[in-house]
Amino acid sequence: MDLNYTPEQIAFRREVRQWLATNVPARPLQSFDTAEGFEQHRQWEKTLAKGNWGMVTWPKEYGGRGCNLIEWLIFEEEYYRAQAPLRVNQNGIFLLGPTLMEYGTPEQKARFISKMASGEEMWAQGWSEPGAGSDLAAIRSKAIRDGDEYVINGQKVWSTRAVFADWVFCIFRTDPASEKHNGLSFIFVPLDAPGVTVRPIPQLNGLPGFAEIFFDDVRVPVFNRLGDEGQGWHIAMSTAGFERGLMLRSPARFQETAKRLVALYREHANDILDLSIEDAVVKAFMDAEAYALSIYQTASRLMNGGKIGAESSVNKIFWSELDQQMHETALNILATRAELLPHAPAAGDVGNWLDGFLFAQSGPIYAGTNEIQRNIIAERLLGMPRK
Amino acid sequence: MDFTFTEDQLLFCDNVKKFLHNEVTADSIRASWETATGRSDALWQKFVELGLTAMLVPEQFGGLGMNELDFILLAQTCGEVALPEPLVETALVATPLLAALAGHDSRCASLLEKIAAGERKVAVGHAVNHLVSDAHIADYLLLPSGNQIHLVPKEQVKLTAQPGVDPSRRLFSVDWKVSDETCITNGAEGVGLLAATLNRGALGVAAQLLGLAEAMVKQTVKYTTDRHQFGKPIGSNQALKHHMANCAVKTEFAKPVLYRAAYTVSRRPLHADFAVSHAKVSAGEAALLAAKNSIQSHGAMGYTWECDLHIWMKRAWALDKYWGHSGFHKNRLHQWLMNPNAKIGADKTFGEQVA
Ligand SMILES: Cc1cc2nc3c(=O)[nH]c(=O)nc-3n(C[C@H](O)[C@H](O)[C@H](O)COP(=O)(O)OP(=O)(O)OC[C@H]3O[C@@H](n4cnc5c(N)ncnc54)[C@H](O)[C@@H]3O)c2cc1C
Repeated sequence: MDLNYTPEQIAFRREVRQWLATNVPARPLQSFDTAEGFEQHRQWEKTLAKGNWGMVTWPKEYGGRGCNLIEWLIFEEEYYRAQAPLRVNQNGIFLLGPTLMEYGTPEQKARFISKMASGEEMWAQGWSEPGAGSDLAAIRSKAIRDGDEYVINGQKVWSTRAVFADWVFCIFRTDPASEKHNGLSFIFVPLDAPGVTVRPIPQLNGLPGFAEIFFDDVRVPVFNRLGDEGQGWHIAMSTAGFERGLMLRSPARFQETAKRLVALYREHANDILDLSIEDAVVKAFMDAEAYALSIYQTASRLMNGGKIGAESSVNKIFWSELDQQMHETALNILATRAELLPHAPAAGDVGNWLDGFLFAQSGPIYAGTNEIQRNIIAERLLGMPRK
Repeated sequence: MDFTFTEDQLLFCDNVKKFLHNEVTADSIRASWETATGRSDALWQKFVELGLTAMLVPEQFGGLGMNELDFILLAQTCGEVALPEPLVETALVATPLLAALAGHDSRCASLLEKIAAGERKVAVGHAVNHLVSDAHIADYLLLPSGNQIHLVPKEQVKLTAQPGVDPSRRLFSVDWKVSDETCITNGAEGVGLLAATLNRGALGVAAQLLGLAEAMVKQTVKYTTDRHQFGKPIGSNQALKHHMANCAVKTEFAKPVLYRAAYTVSRRPLHADFAVSHAKVSAGEAALLAAKNSIQSHGAMGYTWECDLHIWMKRAWALDKYWGHSGFHKNRLHQWLMNPNAKIGADKTFGEQVA
């Protein structure tokens, strides 16, 4: 064990910090759940890509820097410290990216990763269906082979940012006779393909952060299939491992939220009447630290050849409940002003705590609900009986 | 000792409950968001016909002369249906305040009669709230200034809308000038009435929070019964049953606390602070838990604008911080309890009664 960064890592941190200091937009961008905000964020992705900061862990030939996971964590720490814009292409770069690296052919990597890295193509995830949420293996949408193409029919739902994205990575049933986890394949669909209809679904804050996607005889080349036919479930689970366990929510995000929470508390300490609020602030800080430590440990283990397993479920529960707790605490500090929208004339310093609070309510739901994660922990990690 | 509601009280509430559930639905609430005021005068006039605005108005001023205990179940029902109209603030907060002054202030007396008759509306401001809800439809505003309370006609105020998370709520900051003409009480009387008003506001909000909590649980029980995953209703999973059961435990143990608070406000108003704060804190916790566990049990559906759940969740998030946020009320409990002379103990649940 050595808990000191190497001189190279410190130099890397400096380089990141410097680049962000000169490039992060001075004013916050609009929400990426609006058409305008989405384009602003796309431009930011392009800026990142120009500096080769789009996804530092990718090989240089794909626009990355070949960084290891510790360097990735350092990059993320600096990124959140600089209050840089949220990653509009997070489903692409954090979820699909690593999966493509593992399962993609060289041609697929060349075709898809480069444009993802350059900020040209934005990705949505299309797994859930009306009848397939927690029971994801109940997927019914079909992709039937026809020569060099698949013909796709069916419906996906809750696809984040699909309203404005360019591509969606899906799981479809390629073997119509199959059931459950068998006969599924991992397939990419351009959202402007004939037969694709995207219906926006407004979320709790009224913005169309979700979409429902309808497929009506949509044709895509077999080239768009990742991995073998029928291997979809297996691949999806490796993506989900990244989603829950590591990439999607790096600890820096929560540490910076905790830092802002401490600042908010200090600002209001004199008028706070509830003795338990200070406790909650301290707890938020402790939990954000614990999460960071745990991820450093996981990253180190992976770098030493380990694999991510059921502990990604443990992580997912921890970060999502931490995020909820931090935002609840912030609203308690803001007290009577907590309900105000940021543009209300009397909003004062409410900032985006309310919107963050609304989003935090979804944390225990997306990326596999916390109930399902608890079942996984109990059964697979702890060996409790399934029935 | 009899800790039940009378048959009359229950019957009255039952009737109003049916009426409210008929009139106020998720659809009608969504429709109200699209209107300029967000409020329905037609609905208000129906309240008036049923005598709801007059319940706590003394008979001599054209009211029904009922009390807080008669109203509390109705206030809960207002939460249950997520009523946007300010019925609870009018009946439980504004009219008792005016009634306290009506004996020697003809303006209050006349306004009281007009509120009972549905001819005028009032909004109530208080230092704990900063903003005033429903000020835009009020003919008069009851506004605090130090120890004074002023009755200010709408022509003499300037309102600025303050949009919040709940599209049903209409909040305003109020610009106005203190003048002798509008002052209706001050000094010790003003202090006392401001304190009583705070307790009534908090009591009304606590009741609505419990109604909201129960409504959310009810919707969630239905949703988790209808929605299937893994070939069975999602509600058959123990995890979800426990989510809902935990809400029920919280709510059940907030109810008697609420009813004691209503009783105390009605019979021993000077000793009601502690009972009211207890009720407000417990009801807030129950409602926040119900919101959290309900959205969780709905999955992604609960995170949409289309799903009705958010109408109730957002009201709960807002009301939890209204008429004294939980910190304010917890602090009152702390102060009360840490006083070495606090009257606590097994024999004092209902106050010191042995001479
Ligand atoms: C903000 C957000 C973004 C999302 N983005 C995407 C996206 O981009 N692409 C995509 O494909 N999907 C996305 N989703 C969908 C997400 O993956 C699903 O919401 C999730 O898998 C749960 O499915 P569901 O919503 O159908 O809930 P359901 O499966 O219906 O679950 C409802 C409730 O029942 C519980 N439950 C179900 N089965 C069990 C069980 N066996 N034991 C215990 N409890 C159970 C759940 O835990 C939950 O509390 C997103 C969701 C959210 C909220």
